[in-house]
Amino acid sequence: MTTLLEASTDAGLAARLQNITKSYAHFQLKKIHLELVKGSVMGLIGPNGAGKSTIMRILMGLVNPDSGTVSVLGTTISSSDAAAKQDIGYFSDDMRLYKPESVGWHMQFVRSLYPTWDDQYAADLLRRFGLIEHQAVKGLSHGQRVKAMLLLILARRPKLLILDEPTNGLDPVARHEVLGELMKVVEDENRTILYSSHNTQDVEQISDSITFIDRGHVISAGNRDEYLDRWKRIRLQVSDDWSVPNLDGLRLESSFRSLRVLSMNQFQDSTMERIQESGATIESIAPMTLEEIFVSTVMRGREEKSL
Amino acid sequence: MERHSFITISQSDPRPLYLQVVEQIQRRVAVGDLVPGAELPSIRELASSLQVSVITIKRAYLELEHNGIISTRHGKGSVIADSPGLQSSVQEREFRDHLEKAVQLGMLLGMSRAEIQKKIAEAYDHAQRGIK
Repeated sequence: MTTLLEASTDAGLAARLQNITKSYAHFQLKKIHLELVKGSVMGLIGPNGAGKSTIMRILMGLVNPDSGTVSVLGTTISSSDAAAKQDIGYFSDDMRLYKPESVGWHMQFVRSLYPTWDDQYAADLLRRFGLIEHQAVKGLSHGQRVKAMLLLILARRPKLLILDEPTNGLDPVARHEVLGELMKVVEDENRTILYSSHNTQDVEQISDSITFIDRGHVISAGNRDEYLDRWKRIRLQVSDDWSVPNLDGLRLESSFRSLRVLSMNQFQDSTMERIQESGATIESIAPMTLEEIFVSTVMRGREEKSL
Repeated sequence: MERHSFITISQSDPRPLYLQVVEQIQRRVAVGDLVPGAELPSIRELASSLQVSVITIKRAYLELEHNGIISTRHGKGSVIADSPGLQSSVQEREFRDHLEKAVQLGMLLGMSRAEIQKKIAEAYDHAQRGIK
């Protein structure tokens, strides 16, 4: 499976973080490694305060790490190189538009700064997002404001999009529109997206690779299908003297009388045989959603640390 | 968005997304909607129109290629394979897939080989009565 998503050389990477650490008074990023393959979509998933936004700001050169190296689109970013940033589009909910001015005024403003601005694409986005060019920003709903900001970024056609919670607070229709535009971006195999979300369903749908973050650590990273294949929820019927067989990745989640529910993060064909050999009857084996996998990964990680 | 509406995928379907794509393309071949030589959308086009990840469609196409249902010419996209008897072999594959699933379920329920064979024979008799 790794062959589906693999960059054999640095040339195949849109961005790379190596050994990044950053300490704040109450929070630390610890030895972050991250490789973003060109032409792919990477979803960054983590609880609030896990460090997602800090990682994105480091990639943008907005925050300097204490140690480690950052390279983006082939250049080292620590110099806050303005040329590299021409090719990066960054979205964050902290960003504000100028309230009294219109959407169209903002479009002209961004257009004057970026030679890659695409008028036709901007007009298409305006229409597809249902935005009105002469409407003042102060009259926009949250969803319209998010879409307006994304329009300003997308119409520049940056090679790398770094989007911090772009679908946060959007209604289902707006989310569908935004995800659709993101997928249109990677129709071009030289363009790459890194985005974070609380909404694991969004991530599950459009990501090629997934990175889980908890408490300043990357706790797991890999390609999306690998996760979904490896993780299974297994329900068993067992007798009183049954104990969990010693299999890597198998964990008891809950028990009720003769019922045992386990999660398995290294599922393979032989797993079923091994469980049957333990004397249990398999009731069902079901795939897990990314949300369940994420919660289970976080809990396993925290348990290991507290041991 | 309706460009490739011959495929619909569902998040609530417990099967992986790539398998849904594989099965639906196989189905369209089995019923003769997609004939040998028919062009398929490019991987990135199909991913975009279904709003699923590129890797999902890539995996589906690899699987279809492996099964001999499509052929991919580098830089020219994918077409339905031009092999004699493709339609009937896809139909047979579909049948085998269903049968394998049923057998696996039987094994999960602890049935022996003989028991499963007996159930298949029973199912055959039952279906035949239904046809008459």
